[in-house]
Amino acid sequence: MQLQEKIIEKILLLIAFSSIFILALITFFIFEEGIPLILKAGPKAFLLGEKWIPSKGLFGIFPMIVSSFWVTFGALLLGIPLGLACTIFLSELIPPSVGALFRPAIQLLAAIPSVIYGFWGLIVLVPLIRTHLGGPGLSILAGSLVLGFMILPTIITISEDALKALPPSYKAGALALGATHWQTIWRVLIPAARSGIVASVILGMGRAIGETMAMIMILGNAVKMPTSFLDSARTLTTNIGIEMGYASGDHRHALFATGIVLFFIIMALNTLAIFLSRRRAR
Amino acid sequence: MNIRLPWILSFILAISMTLGCQRSGAGMTVAGSTSVEPFAELLAEEYMSNHPDVHIYVQGGGSTAGIEAAISGAANIGMSSRNLIDAEKKLHAVTIAKDAIAVIVHPSNPIKDLPLDRISEVFSGKIVNWKELGGPDHPIDIVTREEGSGTRESFQKFVMGKEDISLGALVQDSNGAVRQVISSDPNAIGYISLGLVNDQVKALSISGVQPNLANVNNSTYTLVRPFLFVFREEPAEEAKSFLDFVLSPLGQKLLLKEGLVPVVEKLG
Repeated sequence: MQLQEKIIEKILLLIAFSSIFILALITFFIFEEGIPLILKAGPKAFLLGEKWIPSKGLFGIFPMIVSSFWVTFGALLLGIPLGLACTIFLSELIPPSVGALFRPAIQLLAAIPSVIYGFWGLIVLVPLIRTHLGGPGLSILAGSLVLGFMILPTIITISEDALKALPPSYKAGALALGATHWQTIWRVLIPAARSGIVASVILGMGRAIGETMAMIMILGNAVKMPTSFLDSARTLTTNIGIEMGYASGDHRHALFATGIVLFFIIMALNTLAIFLSRRRAR
Repeated sequence: MNIRLPWILSFILAISMTLGCQRSGAGMTVAGSTSVEPFAELLAEEYMSNHPDVHIYVQGGGSTAGIEAAISGAANIGMSSRNLIDAEKKLHAVTIAKDAIAVIVHPSNPIKDLPLDRISEVFSGKIVNWKELGGPDHPIDIVTREEGSGTRESFQKFVMGKEDISLGALVQDSNGAVRQVISSDPNAIGYISLGLVNDQVKALSISGVQPNLANVNNSTYTLVRPFLFVFREEPAEEAKSFLDFVLSPLGQKLLLKEGLVPVVEKLG
């Protein structure tokens, strides 16, 4: 029995290591393919250049970095209030039995493939924006709206967990002191769960920055620097997604280099989220 | 039950692997240009209905990816909608058909005809409003293909010349996506394969020349590019047999029906 357990333990260890190994391999490959181009084009010209014309050897991804954050910022404008309201509603305002009905519905939002969101955005939102607000319709606004919905499950699930993890005495104490239910939520519970909620928002941000398929369909993918919410834009992910099919040589390396930038952004966001949720645990 | 489940699973796995082997036994992969892909699919279907023992897998990915797949051997046949560059010249390339590029607008657009230089000015961003072309007072939404696309490369060569396509242009990554955007946007202009033009969009005539087969054949319509099948080595066996079918009157007629221009003179 002892021996058998040892063997199983080793096998599990091996499997765990293999997944880490594969991750390391992917990381190594992305860097190996991308770094030479960044050095060749010059880090400054690559990161801050405003022109992306691979056929002329111009690889400036600054507009894409700006677009990525702009689209994400727009998504958060919609996602944070909606997500927070939904969290409060689910955990505090409705009886648990009703919550059990709503919760799977919200988790279902996460299960819908992003191409469906993209298709819906393209067919419903884009024409609405074009007719009522002008521009081509394929725009940051459309992208932000769709992404706002896509990050809801992330924000709601994690911030609800944060609220649930609070000691029951916080709520009981606040109510005992004569605070109304709403005052308890707004003045006691939310501030106490703050770091968890912020972590949920940051993870939602990571989700938004990484989204590709839906964005290819509704952002319009123009490579110029966006100047308004109605402008078409290209994010870091869609740059890779839209051009990988035909790219070769330096062009292909430039797409991997785009991946490196994306890698660092996502790493920074996730580290920040882990740091914040650790602080909550303490 | 606990003991049986793994056995059942491994049984299913074994069965599916065997099935997989059977099909890939006589399989052939054709990969590359998304412009050629729909036509290759049709040809493959027709070919397979006569050769039930052969299975042809048609994949997209783009001209460059297709050529690379042919070089690496990942695909038996690479599809390209652009001419080979020097580094790729060692491959065997066969033109299977020619394709015209049509400049398309929304069907409601009153403009029917534009000369090449005007089209170039529109796509380079010098003309920004339909009013300047005699249309309604609306900004023009330019739709182009992504960098590296064979269609874009041909359009650049035939229409733009030294001019760059505006960086503000919307970029879509397939003929279908360009058509989709233009069919829903009354102010849009773009370009796709003539074979894929349908009644959701309107193809412009260029300096009075309609984009149609007759005009491509008599060379009055000039936005024409080759569709290539590329092979690492001299095509043999399956690949050769499929290529022969594509170049046969039957295969060429099929392409003609889909709006492409055949490369074989007599179609029997």
